[in-house]
Amino acid sequence: MLAGAFKGATGGWTFSNVSTALHEPYRSAYWNSIELSLVTSLVGGVTGLAIAYSAIHERTPRWVRSILTTFSGVAANFGGIPLAFAWIATLGAIGIVTRFFQNQLHYNLYQHGFNLFTKTGVELVYLYFQLPLMILVIAPAIDGLKKEWREAASNLGANAWQFWRHVGLPVLTPSILGAIILLFGNSFAAYATAYSLGYSNIITVTIGQYYTGNVFSNPHLAQALALGMFVVLAVMMLLYIPLQRRAARWAK
Amino acid sequence: MRTRRFIAPSSLVWLLLGGLYFFIPLLATLLFSLDSNQTGKCCTLHSYGWVLHNGDFWHSLKISLFLALETIAISLAIFVPTVYWVHLKVPKLRPLLAFLALIPFVVPPIVMVVGLLNVYKGAPSWFYDQPWGFLAAAYVILAFPYMFFSLDAGFRSIDVHTLTEASQSLGSSWPRTLFTVILPNIRSAALAGSFLALAIVMGEFTIANLAQFHTFPIFLQYVNETQAYPAAAVTLMSFCITWFAMLSLLFVGRKRGARGAVIAGVR
Amino acid sequence: MPYLELQNLHRSFGSHKALDGIEISLGEGEFLSLLGPSGCGKTTALRLVAGFDRPDEGRIVVDGKDVTRVAPNKRDMGMVFQAYSLFPNMTARQNVAFGLRIRGRKRTDRDTRVVELLDLVGLSHAVDRYPHQLSGGMQQRVALARALAIEPRVLLLDEPLSALDAKVRVQLREEIRRIQLDLGITTLYVTHDQEEALSVSDHVAVMYGGRIEQMGSPAEMYSAPATPFVAEFIGTMNRLEGTVVDGGVEHAGQTLAIEAARDRPRGSRVLVLVRPETVEVGPANGSGAPNTLVGDVVTQTFLGPVTRLKIVGTGVDVIADVPTQKALGLPVGTRVAAALPAEGVRLLDLKGDLPEIAEEPVPAGR
Repeated sequence: MLAGAFKGATGGWTFSNVSTALHEPYRSAYWNSIELSLVTSLVGGVTGLAIAYSAIHERTPRWVRSILTTFSGVAANFGGIPLAFAWIATLGAIGIVTRFFQNQLHYNLYQHGFNLFTKTGVELVYLYFQLPLMILVIAPAIDGLKKEWREAASNLGANAWQFWRHVGLPVLTPSILGAIILLFGNSFAAYATAYSLGYSNIITVTIGQYYTGNVFSNPHLAQALALGMFVVLAVMMLLYIPLQRRAARWAK
Repeated sequence: MRTRRFIAPSSLVWLLLGGLYFFIPLLATLLFSLDSNQTGKCCTLHSYGWVLHNGDFWHSLKISLFLALETIAISLAIFVPTVYWVHLKVPKLRPLLAFLALIPFVVPPIVMVVGLLNVYKGAPSWFYDQPWGFLAAAYVILAFPYMFFSLDAGFRSIDVHTLTEASQSLGSSWPRTLFTVILPNIRSAALAGSFLALAIVMGEFTIANLAQFHTFPIFLQYVNETQAYPAAAVTLMSFCITWFAMLSLLFVGRKRGARGAVIAGVR
Repeated sequence: MPYLELQNLHRSFGSHKALDGIEISLGEGEFLSLLGPSGCGKTTALRLVAGFDRPDEGRIVVDGKDVTRVAPNKRDMGMVFQAYSLFPNMTARQNVAFGLRIRGRKRTDRDTRVVELLDLVGLSHAVDRYPHQLSGGMQQRVALARALAIEPRVLLLDEPLSALDAKVRVQLREEIRRIQLDLGITTLYVTHDQEEALSVSDHVAVMYGGRIEQMGSPAEMYSAPATPFVAEFIGTMNRLEGTVVDGGVEHAGQTLAIEAARDRPRGSRVLVLVRPETVEVGPANGSGAPNTLVGDVVTQTFLGPVTRLKIVGTGVDVIADVPTQKALGLPVGTRVAAALPAEGVRLLDLKGDLPEIAEEPVPAGR
C-alpha cells in the first residue's frame, strides 16, 4: 500500500498523488476528520471517565458496574448503519425527540440551527461508541486507584476536589491521555456511521469512494490518502507509548 | 465496606446522564419499530412479525452467531497461550505485543481488507467462498486488541509464576497446567475478551460487505435501505440479541469456566 | 478527664455483628493497643474513630466533643495505614507536606516542618524519593511523618508493621513508641501481634468477636488474664482442666494445692492457668513431691535463652520453659517431674467449651 501511494496512473513513480492529497478538497477532509476525532475523543474521554468512576465508586451498588460494562461492550461496536438509524429516529427531522420538542415544548430544533447531518450531529452520534470505549479502557485504571489513597487524603484534611487535584488526576493522567488517544484513533478510522448519515467530507469516506470505484476510480490517489491517514495514526502511536509506560509505573 | 449505604449524589448525576444518553436513541428506535406501516403511528408488532418471518433474518443471524463463536474459539486458542507465554517467559515482549494490538484497532477496515487479500493469496478456494475462512481470519485480527487487553489485565492480576511453578512441582505437564490451573483463574478476563469479540462480529459491516458475505450486519443494512419501520425493529433486535448473547456468555462463564468454552469451540 | 472515648459502639455488616458494645476511655498522651485475631473487629473500631465508617449505635468523643457525625477530613486525626497509602505521584517530602498544604500553610513553614519530621523518623537522606523507590519500612516511616505533620489530636495506626520484615518491625515499633512519648500524642494502635502490643503500649484491649475481652496494662494482661481466650492469646499458657476439691484442684488423678481454689465451690470445673516459665522441671525421682506432675519429655523446642519442653504423661500435658543449659540435661525421653507453684496460679471458671484460638474466624461480609 505504501508503494502504491507513490505510483502514478501510468505505472511510473510519482509524487503527484501525494501532493494532490495534501491539497483541497482532501485537506478539508483531513481537517474534518481530525477535528471530529479531537472533539469526540476529548468529550468522550472526560464524560467516560466521570461515568466509569461513578459506576466503580465504592458506594455504588455492584450491579451498576456489571450492566455498564456489558452495555459498553455492545455499544462500543454498535456503529454504522444501525447506530445512524437509531439517531435519525431520535433527532432526525421527524425523530422522536425532535417531535417532542416541537409538540410539547414548542421549540423547533431544526429552525434554531440544529441539524443531525452536520459535523456537530455526527459528533453527537460518534459519542455513542466513543463513550463506551472510554469506559471500557479506563475502568482498569480506576480500579488501580487504591482506596487507601483516598482515605489517607481525607484523613489529612482533603475534600474530594483536593484529592482529585493532587492525587487522583495526576495518577490517572497517563491512562486518561492514553485512552483519549485511543479514542482519537478509533474516531479517525470510523467509516460506516458517517457514511450512513450522509456526511462524506471526512477522510475515510473519501478514500472509500476512490478505492471501490463508486465515484471516480483512482486507487493510487486513494492509497496516497491512506498514507496520510497512516501518518496521523503513527504520530498518535508515538505519543501513546511513553504514556503507557508512565501509567504502568504507578500501577505497581 | 460501605461508608454510607447510599450512592453518592455526583455519581448518580453522571450515571443518569449517561443512562439517558444511551437509552433515548434505543427508546426512539423502539417507538419507531412499533409504528405501523400504514398509518405511521403507534402501535403494532407488525414490523417484528415481518422480521421474524423473514428467512434471511434467521439465516444471517445463524451465520453471524456461528462466526462469532468461531472467532472467539480461535482467538482464545491463539491468544491465551501466547499471552501466557509472554507473561511467563519473555515479559520484555509485552510492550511489543501491546503495540501490535493497537494496529488493528486504528487501521481502517478497507485498508485491512486489501492487506488481508494480499496475505492470504495462496489459500484454497473454500477459504474465500465461505465466511468461516477469510472472514473469521479477519475477525480474529479485529478482535485481537480487545482480547489482548482483557487477557493481559487478567494475567497481570494473578501470580503467573507462582501458579505455574506450584503446578509443575506437583508433576503437571504444560497443557494440563494451562487448562486446569491457569485458565480457571483468568476466566473473567477471557470472558470479557470474548464478549467484546462477540460484539465486534455482530456489528462489523465494512469487511463483510467488501468481501460479500451474508452476515447479520449485512442483512441489517439491507433492511435499512429498503424498509423503514422494520429497519427500526431489526436494529433494536440486533442490539438486544448481542446484549443477550453477552449475558449468556457471562452466565455460562459462571457455571462452567472458560475451559468449557474453549474446548467446545475448538472442536 | 478522658481524651478519647468510644462509647457503646455497635456496627453490623448484614447479619455479621462486627462491634458489640465497645467502651474505651483513653487519657491524653496515652497509648492503647487493640489486640486480637483477624475478624475480631479491631480495624472496624479504628475506622469508626477515623470517620471512614459510621457506627450503628454509640458515640465517639474527642476532648469532650462528639465527633461521631463529623466527616473524616475534619476530624484532625492522623492515620497510618497498613500499606499502599503513600501518594505514588509525590516524593516523600511532598507526601509529608500534603496535609499542611491542604491547611494552607505558607511554603516556608511547610518546608521547615517537613524537614523536621523526616528527620524525626530518620529519613533526611531520602526526602526526594518516590514511594516506589523506598523500602517497606521507609514507606511506613514516611507515612508516620505525614500523619504527624498536621499535629493531630489523635494518632491512629492500623497494623502499620504487619507487612514488614521481622527485624524492621521490632526496630520501628520502638521508634514509634519513642516518638509518641516525645510528642505526647494520644494513640490508638491496632495489631494482631501480641508481643508488639505488650511491648509498646500503656494499655492493651484484647478483642474477640466484636467485644473487648479484657483491658488493662500489659503486665496485668500477661499475669492475670481474665478469660480463657485472653489467657491463650497472650503469651503461651498452660491450661489444665480440673475440678475443685478440698485443698485444691483435682487434675490428672492428683490434687494440686492451689491458693485460689479455697473460695470456690466444691465440684465446680475450673481452668488452672500456669505460665511455662513458672514450672520447675527436674528428673523424676519418685519421691512424690506436692504439686508435681510426672511425665516424659516428648519434644524440645530451642528458643534461644530458654528451651520449651513438652511433657506428657497419664492425663498430663504440660509445657515448661527451662534455661537452655538445664534443658541439655533433660533430653527427649527423660522421665521428669514438673512442679507447679502453689501461689500466684490463676483459676478461671470453665463454662462450656474452650474457644478455639487456632482457627481464624471466617471473615463475613466485608
